[in-house]
Amino acid sequence: MGSGILAFGAYIPKKRLQRAAIHAANAWFAGGLKGLARGERAIGDWDEDPITMAVEAARDTLTGVDRATVGGVMLASTTLPFADRQNSGVIKEALTLADETGALDVTGSQRAATSMLIQALKAAGERPQLCLAAEMRKARPASEGEMVQGDAAAGLLVGTADPVAVFRGSHSTTIDFVDHYRSAGMDFDYGWESRWIRDEGFTGLIGGALKSGLKALGVEANAIDRFIVPISVRGVPDALAKKAGIRPEAVADTLSATVGDSGAAHPLLMLVAALEAAKPGETILLIGFGQGVDLILLETTEALTTLAPRRGVQGNIARGRKDENYLRWLFHRGLLDLERGMRAEMDQKQPGTTLWRNRKAVLGLVGGRCTRTGTVQFPKSDIGVNPNDHAAHTQEDYPLADKSARVVTYTADALTYSPSPPTYYGMIDFEGGGRMMAEFADVAPEDVEVGRAMEMVFRIKGTDEQRDFTKYFWKAAPVAEL
Amino acid sequence: MARGIKDKVAILGMGCARFGERWDRDADQLMVEAFEEAVADAGIDTSQIDAAWMGVAFDAVNVGPSGIPLSVALRLPNVGVTKVENYCASGTESFRGAVYAVASGAADIALALGVEKLKDTGYGGLPVRSRGTTFDMVGVTGSAPGNFAQLASAYRATHGVGRDDLKRAMAHVSVKSHANGAKNPKAHLRKAVDMDTVLNAPMIAEPLGLFDCCGVSDGAACAIVTTPEIARALGKTDLVTVKALQISTSNGWELQQGGGWNGSYFHTTRIAAAKAYEEAGVTNPREQISLTEVHDCFSITELVTMEDLFLSKEGEGWRDVLDGIFDADGKVPCQIDGGLKCFGHPIGASGLRMIYENYLQLLGRAGERQRQTPPSLALSHNLGGMPSQNVSAVAIVGLADA
Repeated sequence: MGSGILAFGAYIPKKRLQRAAIHAANAWFAGGLKGLARGERAIGDWDEDPITMAVEAARDTLTGVDRATVGGVMLASTTLPFADRQNSGVIKEALTLADETGALDVTGSQRAATSMLIQALKAAGERPQLCLAAEMRKARPASEGEMVQGDAAAGLLVGTADPVAVFRGSHSTTIDFVDHYRSAGMDFDYGWESRWIRDEGFTGLIGGALKSGLKALGVEANAIDRFIVPISVRGVPDALAKKAGIRPEAVADTLSATVGDSGAAHPLLMLVAALEAAKPGETILLIGFGQGVDLILLETTEALTTLAPRRGVQGNIARGRKDENYLRWLFHRGLLDLERGMRAEMDQKQPGTTLWRNRKAVLGLVGGRCTRTGTVQFPKSDIGVNPNDHAAHTQEDYPLADKSARVVTYTADALTYSPSPPTYYGMIDFEGGGRMMAEFADVAPEDVEVGRAMEMVFRIKGTDEQRDFTKYFWKAAPVAEL
Repeated sequence: MARGIKDKVAILGMGCARFGERWDRDADQLMVEAFEEAVADAGIDTSQIDAAWMGVAFDAVNVGPSGIPLSVALRLPNVGVTKVENYCASGTESFRGAVYAVASGAADIALALGVEKLKDTGYGGLPVRSRGTTFDMVGVTGSAPGNFAQLASAYRATHGVGRDDLKRAMAHVSVKSHANGAKNPKAHLRKAVDMDTVLNAPMIAEPLGLFDCCGVSDGAACAIVTTPEIARALGKTDLVTVKALQISTSNGWELQQGGGWNGSYFHTTRIAAAKAYEEAGVTNPREQISLTEVHDCFSITELVTMEDLFLSKEGEGWRDVLDGIFDADGKVPCQIDGGLKCFGHPIGASGLRMIYENYLQLLGRAGERQRQTPPSLALSHNLGGMPSQNVSAVAIVGLADA
């Protein structure tokens, strides 16, 4: 049957900043953006970044998949938190994948994810590859980017055994078209005139690649059932379809109104949305654009009907929460320098040695289970916690990240420093044993109580600002009661 | 059980600095202030001290490491000085060192001094600090109010107490302590407050409002201990002796065993209290204990501690509080000196400050706030850490013949 996509998943942060709220703050300066002040965009919380979002997308993708089978993890993004520490390596640890797993970071262009996917599809072998894309771009206040972008991540599991979508081929062009750029180490894009980008970039380059690509791939334009163009400029996907002879109803929604343009992650995010909606036997054409064009042709299979249910793009969109606090978001993205007080001065230095020794507990939330008493605890220890049998050296690894939990105690702490006060935290008990004191994520004041069902999420724990290091750990988030 | 130390050690003298925002004093000056009162009370000379223990919790932001700061401040005669740190129980921990030294016969006269200088940090509340490199990766570094506030959520859930009922009981704790502190010239806070002020105060850590939290203070407290025989030989007639001294330290059960501890009480306090009562020969604490000084870092802490000390039945502490059982004129007064809430909480000094108050009350020297029913046995409870993992210290002192 050849290679293809075995499974897919997505993650979109819960917060959806209302574009009208952005515009209300900036209209005095950038009145011309009024036309974009509609709908909402996904924004990561203060403790999210492309690594944490990719971990959540990966967990969604791997729903029902034996993680021991995964042979490699790749992450595409232009906003990787680390320039020299393998970002996909952090994800490997968070997912508790085997040490015998390959890893690769892919970056440098808005089509990084589609190029990564092509390579994975072409190289697919016995062990599936986890292809992730995540993006959290910074845009200057009052910029167009601030309005149209969104934070999100998507995941695809690529392999050969029983794909839900079979790889029918790809086509790529590479042309150094500098519609925008961001130099290494810089925060913001510099972009050129939108009319030129539309005419020479979208119409010219994508249009040209479509013409040659469809021919090379041996597919008729009107056979395309889902045409995925991850470009949020209104009318561009429709115009490209029309010119190429692709049916207008095949043009995929760009998720502009609900998520925003998630940059390098957006082609994969839209592909996941398409796969969620697709029926077996559909032909999907995916575009990647950035200093050239990628075309990926896929055909869905019957396997789509038996894939385990997952949150996906639709589930993530459905659980969004409206947010109108534009200033809080600017602060969380480092674009507003609030007075944080002395309590924020605590040194967050992370010894490399302790992180190394405790990487399974810290990054993977792996606790211990006593092989003699069955007692589960976090973290693992030489001598067990069970008061009836403090068995020594009997504990085996016991992953807790995917266990559900319930709140035992909680508070909303307004005194301790937090970028998003008050800090919610408390003790939680895991289903099947084990407990921990955990910070809570995504908590609304009315949605926390003793007994509340929680799920674990991978988040930023703190940042060592003196030495530019991000510390990750797991937090507990309220989960919908079944 | 071990034989215990009941009546083996007597308090020869005690002293306590005025607690508060002591902008005028360094830590060594606060030590001297407490020591001068204690040594005069003891009627001895510094040269007679055989060994000393110094309790300080946040050494990094005030005195620095080791026992040297105490030895230098008091110009001790080059005896052994040990610095102890056991979170907020450091004061009672220093007392334990001195008492054990005397009880063992290794020292004739020993000194315990607790000190803390917290008003040089630049902000209110406790300094934020690391709890170790491993903990810092996986633990929650919340504020003290946040850690203790969780008692309330668990207490409500465990005992089916309504949010407003518990909030009112907590407020009563603070109103009572403010009323008591107003009568104490050494107290940090000397202003009475009413229920509405407490109930409507800004939220610090849900459900603890501003008045549910004690502040932090500068201060020092000191005890000089010896054997009853030496005390009498030195001319002391009314002796206060140590009846029991127990410390219980969490071993991780509360924090790690799923489904075990329910979060609504202090596991260690129940253990320390039971051992202390046995050591002191107390069989019915509610009837036998004359008064208590407990670790009321937060109103909810005091409330659940009444149950953990077996002074209230489990789940009924909040009713007893509202019924005034622990008021200054109630059955078993709690914090007749204002407690941590109003006397103040210079961390390393607090355990000794509690014993100081019990000592004064037992000897009838507490001035305006003196308990009218003459007390014979007084309990102090000094807790360090947080509900889920802590050091709980219980000290019972009493008249020698009690």
